[in-house]
Amino acid sequence: MIPLDHVIGLSAILFAIGVVGVVTRRNMIVILMSIELMLNAVNLAFVGFNRLWPVGPDGAASYDGQIFVLIVITVAAAEVAVGLGIVISMFRNRDSVNIEDVSLLKW
Amino acid sequence: MQDLLTTVTFLPLAAGLALLATGILARAVGTSGLPDGVWRAVGFASSLATFAISIGLYTGFDPTETDYQFVQHVPWIPDYGIHYYVGIDGISLLLVLLTTFLMPVTLLASWNDIGKSLKSYVFFMLFLETGMLGAFVSLNLFQFYVFWELMLVPMYFIIGIWGGPRRIYAAVKFFLFTMVGSLLMLIAMLVIYSLFQNQTGLYTFDFVAPPSSNAPALLDTVIPTTGIWWQTQYWLFGAFALAFAIKVPMVPLHTWLPDAHVEAPTAGSVVLAGVLLKMGTYGFLRFALPLFPAAVADWTPTMLALSVIGIIYGSLVAMVQEDVKKLVAYSSVAHLGFVMLGMFALNVQGATGSVLQMINHGLSTGALFLLVGMLYERRHTRLITAFGGVAKPMPVYAFFFGLVMMSSIGLPLLNGFVGEFLILLGAFLSHPWFAVAAASGVVLAAAYMLWMFRRVMFGPVDNPENRKLIDLDFREKVVLVAITLPIIWIGVNPDPLLRRVEPSVSALLQDVHARAAAAQPAPARPAALALAGEGRP
Amino acid sequence: MVNETSETLLRWIPLLPLLAAVFHGIAIGVVRRSTPRTIVIALSCGSVALSFVISCIAFIKLIDIPPDASRVLVDPLYTWFGAGIGTTRFTADLALRVDPLSAVMALVVTGVGSLIHVYSVGYMDDDHRDDRGFQRFFCYMNLFTFSMLVLVLADNLVLMFLGWEGVGLCSYLLIGFWYSDRHNAYCGSKAFIVNRVGDFGFLIGIFLLFASFVSAGVPAGVGFADIAQNFAAIADRTIATPWGTTWRLVDVIGLCLFVGAVGKSAQIPLYVWLPDAMAGPTPVSALIHAATMVTAGVYMVCRLSFLYSAAPLASEVIAWIGALTALFAATIAIAQTDIKKVLAYSTVSQLGYMFLAAGCGGYTGAIFHLVTHAFFKALLFLGAGSVILAMHHEQDIRKMGGLRRRIPLTRVVFFCGAYAISGFPFASGFFSKDEILATAFAAHVPGHEALYAIGLLTAGITAFYMWRLYFLVFSGETRAAKDVYEHAHEPSPWVTHPLVPLAFLSLVGGLLGIPQIYGSVFGIEHVHTLSNWLGAVWPPAPAHEVARETELLMTGAAVAIALTGFAVALQLYYARPELPARIAARLSGLYALVANKYYVDELYDAVIVRPLVRLSDAVLYRGVDAALIDGTANGLASAVQLFASGGLRRLQSGLAQGYVASMLAGTAAILWYLLR
Repeated sequence: MIPLDHVIGLSAILFAIGVVGVVTRRNMIVILMSIELMLNAVNLAFVGFNRLWPVGPDGAASYDGQIFVLIVITVAAAEVAVGLGIVISMFRNRDSVNIEDVSLLKW
Repeated sequence: MQDLLTTVTFLPLAAGLALLATGILARAVGTSGLPDGVWRAVGFASSLATFAISIGLYTGFDPTETDYQFVQHVPWIPDYGIHYYVGIDGISLLLVLLTTFLMPVTLLASWNDIGKSLKSYVFFMLFLETGMLGAFVSLNLFQFYVFWELMLVPMYFIIGIWGGPRRIYAAVKFFLFTMVGSLLMLIAMLVIYSLFQNQTGLYTFDFVAPPSSNAPALLDTVIPTTGIWWQTQYWLFGAFALAFAIKVPMVPLHTWLPDAHVEAPTAGSVVLAGVLLKMGTYGFLRFALPLFPAAVADWTPTMLALSVIGIIYGSLVAMVQEDVKKLVAYSSVAHLGFVMLGMFALNVQGATGSVLQMINHGLSTGALFLLVGMLYERRHTRLITAFGGVAKPMPVYAFFFGLVMMSSIGLPLLNGFVGEFLILLGAFLSHPWFAVAAASGVVLAAAYMLWMFRRVMFGPVDNPENRKLIDLDFREKVVLVAITLPIIWIGVNPDPLLRRVEPSVSALLQDVHARAAAAQPAPARPAALALAGEGRP
Repeated sequence: MVNETSETLLRWIPLLPLLAAVFHGIAIGVVRRSTPRTIVIALSCGSVALSFVISCIAFIKLIDIPPDASRVLVDPLYTWFGAGIGTTRFTADLALRVDPLSAVMALVVTGVGSLIHVYSVGYMDDDHRDDRGFQRFFCYMNLFTFSMLVLVLADNLVLMFLGWEGVGLCSYLLIGFWYSDRHNAYCGSKAFIVNRVGDFGFLIGIFLLFASFVSAGVPAGVGFADIAQNFAAIADRTIATPWGTTWRLVDVIGLCLFVGAVGKSAQIPLYVWLPDAMAGPTPVSALIHAATMVTAGVYMVCRLSFLYSAAPLASEVIAWIGALTALFAATIAIAQTDIKKVLAYSTVSQLGYMFLAAGCGGYTGAIFHLVTHAFFKALLFLGAGSVILAMHHEQDIRKMGGLRRRIPLTRVVFFCGAYAISGFPFASGFFSKDEILATAFAAHVPGHEALYAIGLLTAGITAFYMWRLYFLVFSGETRAAKDVYEHAHEPSPWVTHPLVPLAFLSLVGGLLGIPQIYGSVFGIEHVHTLSNWLGAVWPPAPAHEVARETELLMTGAAVAIALTGFAVALQLYYARPELPARIAARLSGLYALVANKYYVDELYDAVIVRPLVRLSDAVLYRGVDAALIDGTANGLASAVQLFASGGLRRLQSGLAQGYVASMLAGTAAILWYLLR
């Protein structure tokens, strides 16, 4: 089997790439993609842990991690829908998807 | 009878809300709502009705009884000890009467003054009246705090909307100054609340035991004089004193007063000077003195010194003012210095004089602001240099101004003298040198008042604007006569009022002295006058 | 207390003028239609005259009480105010009291007062000014009469203080009566404020007295009867001042109360308001600033005679201040050029005499001189008013002269007044002044010979300036403008008729107080009527006996020095009128000093008034209030705003990525903290 370390390691790397993407990139679409990447990295971690503990405290099989992955995927989808809607609205107003162009709430 | 106090307290607000509801209903059915005139008339009528009902309080008051009368206690949030608890004694009786009397007079005086948003104005005034009355009659500390803070809101709006050029600054200043003190007072209240809970296991904000109940109340809390610093009497008294001292106002926390008074509309000034300032002195007398007797004994010299400074400083600064209203504002500082002096003399004469002087100041300074307002209405300036020789076109006005001015400087046969005399006598009996210093205020008051009066009223009518001045009309005369009659009456026959104040005051002071003696054995104090000779030391 | 007879008639003595004043006030203020002159006159003069009648009735009732019984009538009205518990309770009653002393005062006030009210009818009628107000004048005059009567008839110190301040108020209103003139208003304010300085001392005296009773454990009260009764308990007590000296309590009380008298009766250093009070109409000067209000201080000292006789230090101070004031004011009077100012300083000087007597224990002498002074000074003032009217409101005596031909009646009465005040034989002033000088000579006050000498010298100066005034106004050739002189004539009968009874009283009023030495010539015992009458009021005093020869010698000396003054005045202003100018030129410095009243007003202004105003403005108002306190408050608010807005708001960069970064950093920190 694939050792858990590998799975978690991959998840961490993907998460880190996602964080860097969110903090560094200026294109809003790319930021959204990076957020997706972060979410999926977390999904991977969930699945990995579920693999590690396939049996719950009462002895029956437990699929908590995988259920949670499904929830996260759903939430991610909803969030992307809303986020892209915001991006489109911003683009219509500012003609740009550069995140530095929407800093009106500054002091 | 049982509900008399509640009626008196909430009638103005109820009238205001009724007008509001009627207006909304009227608009809902398609009309344009209630006209301004209806608001004004009903507002005035309801304040007049409140005054009439409060006379029932006066006649039904038993002068020989030292306990609270007309008491009503309704549990509100029992788990936290917050109740609706009202009652009056001699001190609050007079202050309630002052409030209910001044409000209709003020509304009548400002009949034509308000140009915009008359409905809001009337509503705020009624709201203010309820707030003030509530503070005077509350016997539950939390309720008192609620009303105390509640008063600030309509006053802020009244100054901020209908005031002079710098009204926003003045309103914000007034609000912030008062709030700072009040917050500290709230913290102190909560400390006492928790101390009480530690000592008796009960939760209550009631100041004295509710009727027909022997449960201990907050006044019975033993507030230590040593121990954790923020639990000792001295710091708690300091917190309470700060809140009240800002309100009084005592020097050096007084600077909000001149700005608030100058920028406020006439009615606002009258109510501010007439009633709101008394909140501070009332708070001292009702709460600070009984709760912290040991601290009071320690702080007395400081408070007396501040009072004397207030008297002299207020008078001297009043002398150099160029704006009449600001002059009267600073004279308020001086007068309330007298009130505080009498209170901290801690004897019956001084404290009785202090309470009487609260009423007197409300009447005479209120009248002065009304008079200044009448002049301002005509010339739209308050600078002394803009006037001169006003007595010629406006002799009746000059007469009223002269009379009120004489009351303000304490001429016998008018109300100011009785209060001032008792205060100085009481102060002299316990701290003679402070009284001597304060008595110099008598000379200074005459100096600044007469100088202002001379520059405004006497001399040739140089400014052609002044020649065209019209004397008082009927409404103004009614207002002035209404406020002058008590001034003269209290001067000629103050005894009935004093009969009602004295028992409460002496009971309160006896309580204070008893607690102070119990808390710490007093060192053998040398007699105030160090009089030697045969007989007592 | 003991054997006081209740008499409800007493309340009408002050009440009648008060009702008249209230009527006038309502008529002017409310009704706003001018009341017919006859009603105003009838009401004002009538009320005061009626008060006089009732005073006489009370006086007669008092006489009916045999001398060994308590000659006191009281009218307790009601309790004015009171506070306190038990024996420390303070009560002030509205109660009136007539005893021999207050009866005399009431008679003087109402009697002379009615004459002056009648005079005023004629005087104020002539008024063509813009702010006349015939009725307003009488309203104030009646109010004044009410206050003065309350003052003299009061049963206790607080009620007396009411009258005290009341006359101060009316003085203010009446001095500044013609208020369109800024100067008049200023003089009125000055009078009130300087009086108030005295009142400050008066109040402290009352408090100290009450506090003394409290600490001595006797029932405390400020009624005169109460004080007299309990006085023994505090008579020997001492008081320690913070700077270490010990004083007798009664001395301190006496001095504090005397400060009030100094203010009200215009003694050094608070006399400065009286000469300026001449800005008011002449009847006001006659009534208030000659006959009645200014004598209130003397009355107060005599009323508390039992206190002052037990307070030798206070009495000494009183005597010395009185004597020095008498001399000081007399020297100023010799160089004044306004007819009323001469009389004003003369009043200050004569009041000094009264205090001299009171301080030496001669209370009868003080009251005697008070009465005679009321007669002749009122006469002189009213006469001066007549002159002023005749000269069309000219008051400068350098522009008068030769008026004996134009206004003979005024001249005669003025002569009588001058004769009386100089102390020439057998006029009223002769007896009263002699009594004062004799008292001073025989007193037990340290330096009493010096006091006598000062009094004697002042008598000479008095004669000098008085006759200077007479000669300059009436004698010689006129220096007035020709048409003014031609038009000068006696004013209306309203003005001239009251002068006659006053002149008569000035001449024969002395019969009230004929000293014993003359009486024994005719073998009559107890010929000093006033002394007999008032004797019961004073505490028993050690009789200072003066030998007959000494007394006759002193009388001779007084007459001699008065004649000297008269002779000098005769020489300078009648025989050789060019001399005064030459002398003034030779002694120009001294003359300037005296003519400018020793620059005392300017001194007060420079040392007290101006520094105080400047201090209040620059230091207190702009410095402390605006800069310090407001500066702190506003500065605090600005600092908070600077920190909050200036500092913290920079966190809002508007960049979402910044926010994300800080969120991540925060989360990492928390996780690190939780997992470590």
